[in-house]
Amino acid sequence: MNGNGIAQSFSDALLLLARLDADVLEIVLLSLKVSLTSVGIAAIIGLPAAAALALWHFRGRTVMLVVISALMGLPPVLLGLVVYLLLSRSGPLGVLGLLYTPTAMIIAQTLLVLPIIIALAQRIIASMWEEYAELMRSLQVRGWQLVGTMLFEARFALMTVILAAFGRAIAEVGAVMIVGGNINHATRVMTTAIALETSRGNLALAVALGCVLLMLALAVNAAVFLLGRLSGERQGAVA
Amino acid sequence: MASCARHPFSAPFMAFLLLLVFLMTPAQAGETIILQSTTSTQNSGLLDWLLPKFTEKTGIRVKVVAVGTGQALKNAARGDGDVVLVHARKAEEAFMQAGHGTLRRDVMHNDFVIVCPKDDPAGIAGSRNAAAALARIARTKTRFVSRGDDSGTHKKELALWKKAGIDPRPESGTWYLEAGRGMGATLNMAAAMGACTLTDRGTWISHKNRGDLRIVVEGDPALFNPYGVMLVNPKRHPHVKEQAARAFIDWLTGPEGQKLIAAYRMNGQQLFFPAHPGGTQ
Repeated sequence: MNGNGIAQSFSDALLLLARLDADVLEIVLLSLKVSLTSVGIAAIIGLPAAAALALWHFRGRTVMLVVISALMGLPPVLLGLVVYLLLSRSGPLGVLGLLYTPTAMIIAQTLLVLPIIIALAQRIIASMWEEYAELMRSLQVRGWQLVGTMLFEARFALMTVILAAFGRAIAEVGAVMIVGGNINHATRVMTTAIALETSRGNLALAVALGCVLLMLALAVNAAVFLLGRLSGERQGAVA
Repeated sequence: MASCARHPFSAPFMAFLLLLVFLMTPAQAGETIILQSTTSTQNSGLLDWLLPKFTEKTGIRVKVVAVGTGQALKNAARGDGDVVLVHARKAEEAFMQAGHGTLRRDVMHNDFVIVCPKDDPAGIAGSRNAAAALARIARTKTRFVSRGDDSGTHKKELALWKKAGIDPRPESGTWYLEAGRGMGATLNMAAAMGACTLTDRGTWISHKNRGDLRIVVEGDPALFNPYGVMLVNPKRHPHVKEQAARAFIDWLTGPEGQKLIAAYRMNGQQLFFPAHPGGTQ
């Protein structure tokens, strides 16, 4: 494709967005739904787990940390394959009939971003602990209350972790392709749609969809950034 | 789905709406079957043309998982689908013999063609003998992109090499390149590197990114490409929606489906030829 083709794709992307093409909108919404749900679930599980790993010392902790860090590099297509084998009708969870549904995609993406959230959040909380340890001890904050307090204190840094996880989820194609099946009007998301249009030789449309995906990521990041700044300002006003 | 969340209708209104939908839909509505199919039927746009008409008539929705023939058959053998639509006669017969399917019918055919760059590096343009053309590609060490993905097209290609008495696999990575990807992606690669490849005519006609590739070999009876449809064995996989799946197979191989297959045009060309033009089964 020449330079002209790429310029054409960008204007196509803007047209796609401007027209609010029903099919494109459906794909965009499903992408957001799957990735945001996955990141939400992974955050609910992963953030307390990360704080626990950072604050408490127990047997096997180091091994867990090393394994979780290594899992950050898990290839999505491998994870997708494992989830496929689990959810397949002939697999152990086949009776649930979840394969080729958005739920299956959410399961895969949750597992994909969970190690990222735990590993990165653990490091942030561990380094903050050096600063907070004495204060917390003197205030006698312990147990899950301590976990909650530290997560709250680290919330701005943790937002970056969540965004990194969201970036990984929304950009991922290997896992959702296998467990979702890229079914039109059912499990087609931005990345699998891009792969499909590329394989159809519709390179301009594929790049246009890619631009939409980029704009989406930009919008989500901008929204989080603004929210962070707003709540930061309000806090400043109170203090 | 998400749009519902954004319009918070009142509960009575929603209940009324639900009742309305319930009363309006035919008995089979809401039923959904999964079709394990090949990339060629999806990439050529044929399924997008056929399926809405089937859904309109029967209320049965068809979800398409488009993968290579090999993967489609394996997924279906695991029970991950109700119907299979593929193009590899021998593999289909093996699928039936292994008891994975209970019903098999011919659906349609098209043909394969060999495409090469315009300057015809292997000197095979106009040949009507596919095996001889491949032998010449091997002799001249012209770059050839193979699907390499156990798809129907890949199986056909391997059969042609066998007919030519050549085993290209030792040359893999030199002039013989195994892409391991779908038909469209393989055509993209061949166009980008100026290589030859074997493609089904349907995908070729509908593919937009051809570069300077063109058809050099066609019309050999060995390039015939028949498609078959099979029902996944409901005895082995009790969740298979047998009635809806049978309805789809009957429709596809019956007068209406066959007529629609014949009527499908891309760039003014007919891509697929029905197996039962008269509508008989």
